[in-house]
Amino acid sequence: MKSLAKSDKRTLLFVIFIAIAAPFLLNPFPEGSAMAQFNAGYPDLMQRFAYFGVLAIGFNILFGLTGYLSFGHAAFLGVGSYSAVWMFKLLGMNIIPGLILSVIVAGIFSLLIGYISLRRSGIYFSILTLAFAQMSFAMAYSVLTPLTNGETGLQVYADDPQVFMNENSIAVPHLFGLKMQDTFTLDIGPWAFQFNIGYYICALFLIAAFYMSLRIFRSPFGLMLRAIKTNQTRLNYTGINTRPYTLAAFVISGMYAGLAGGLMASMDPLAGAERMQWTASGEIVLMTILGGAGTLIGPVLGAGFIKYFENIFSKINETVLHGWFAFLPDGLENAIVWVLHFFVGKGWHLTLGLLFMAIVIFLPGGLMEGAQRIGNWWKNRRAKGKTSSAKTTPAE
Amino acid sequence: MGILEVNNVNKSFGGLKALQNVNLDIEEGKIHAIIGPNGAGKSTLLNCFVGKLVPDTGTVMFNGQSLLGIKPHEINQVGVSRVFQTPEIFSELSVFENVMIPCFAKRDGAFTLNALNRVHSEQDIRERAEEMLVDVNLIDKRDMIASSMSRGDKRRLEMAMCLSQQPKLLLLDEPTAGMARADTESTIELLKTIQERLKITMAIIEHDMGVVFSLAQKISVLAQGTVIVEDLPENIKGHPKVKEAYLGEAQV
Repeated sequence: MKSLAKSDKRTLLFVIFIAIAAPFLLNPFPEGSAMAQFNAGYPDLMQRFAYFGVLAIGFNILFGLTGYLSFGHAAFLGVGSYSAVWMFKLLGMNIIPGLILSVIVAGIFSLLIGYISLRRSGIYFSILTLAFAQMSFAMAYSVLTPLTNGETGLQVYADDPQVFMNENSIAVPHLFGLKMQDTFTLDIGPWAFQFNIGYYICALFLIAAFYMSLRIFRSPFGLMLRAIKTNQTRLNYTGINTRPYTLAAFVISGMYAGLAGGLMASMDPLAGAERMQWTASGEIVLMTILGGAGTLIGPVLGAGFIKYFENIFSKINETVLHGWFAFLPDGLENAIVWVLHFFVGKGWHLTLGLLFMAIVIFLPGGLMEGAQRIGNWWKNRRAKGKTSSAKTTPAE
Repeated sequence: MGILEVNNVNKSFGGLKALQNVNLDIEEGKIHAIIGPNGAGKSTLLNCFVGKLVPDTGTVMFNGQSLLGIKPHEINQVGVSRVFQTPEIFSELSVFENVMIPCFAKRDGAFTLNALNRVHSEQDIRERAEEMLVDVNLIDKRDMIASSMSRGDKRRLEMAMCLSQQPKLLLLDEPTAGMARADTESTIELLKTIQERLKITMAIIEHDMGVVFSLAQKISVLAQGTVIVEDLPENIKGHPKVKEAYLGEAQV
């Protein structure tokens, strides 16, 4: 902690606070109220926020700092998941071996892909990573079926070796006895806040991942990565070999993705190949850009934003809409519901797409730029207020 | 024995012979100017020194070591820095960060996985970068983003970046092009003082004869890919071959 600047310490504390208080912050509406479906404070979704946050933080180390746009990061996520599930199958349901293996395997895998892809930059690099990820996806479905269990997905069966387990062992993912699925519900009046062990484990990793990325951002290594983004030619003529730097960034972000995949499998011990598809890779890119590439918190916000939409907006169907607009005359109600139903339920992608377009056009720096603008506007307003009051005082 | 020896270098692009049997000997501790009309091959020659181009034939020796086939970053690590014709700086980073990067490169080499230290606590690097910014008179602008500076300031920044590495040989490609008179003069002063203080060898390409004659201790004149004259500045001024190269044969 000593090694951080004051403002960075504040950012870290902010992230820690958000992570710990998430069950409260994400559940602002009382149970049973009309707004309750906008609550995001249930275990499944909170876990998703956390491990996709880890994923986006890692992706940001590559894309945000060096500007190399990888379109194949989902491959590392998938590899991480498969590794973790294999550990569950072979050793037992404690998540630690799974997480360690997922990071190591994703690291090796990204070293391999990075070594080849980083021979090119710009669009060619993106295409190479995309090709590798699609290749991994296709192979997971076909020739690698013994490793991945193909379309069914890799899961834990009763006849798996699980050498560290006996008949008294816990049969669900756990951390030394703490079951991931265990949830403690705190009822305060009409509110029900859920505290889930799995979420807090993920949040712990999120905080650690964030701290590491903070250190990298502020280090000489991070400075070099940012220099790669602005001018590689100058860096070469300054005596820096850029290849190992980009490769290191690629491997680090691949390991983050592996960790996210491991966490994903730890929350729900099942790994499918669709996790490696290019749409999943694209989603990671969206998260980072939406939140603000190159900023510290942006990618986490972006991940949360997209996952919120995916899980909340997709649940709103026509019946719910009719419920909301029941007070209107029938014809008008039907018309409004007809218009809105394109944007919710199965159509949530449309809403997300429009929002994404709006953000990219009006806030190229993502949500973080929006936050900054609001902050500046607020500061200016306060400063103006002060000067005008200062001017009026002598007159009185 | 010069610090940089160029022997019989040839380079052609398709049918165009950019360099023909170029011989050059840059002495240690001197400022050596390379002049010549447009298209004479000056920049091509410089590109052959820093690993951007590889000559078809011939040798380029720096301190007894061949520079051919070596990557640009390795050439820099043995002590050759280059200032470009159009400033190559890290335009999205602050002025101070711009100067810190070469200092890191000098101290830590071509690659170090220095991911846990803080840039803020690297005292020696910061002091060195600050000194350098004072030298080039940019210390007031240390927190500015480099891209928002004037062209002259960008050039001075790039020079500071190269000088902060204390190279053995500094290559300058038209360091005063596009500068206002006052900036040009301060740049000349800067190069002179640096040269006297640190005894850095410099090879300088320049069109502005005022700059050339106030800085150079030796001048090579390049025309159509060959060195036609190499002599002391006072002998270059009235040299018939130089006049011919610049004004064309009809004028002689």
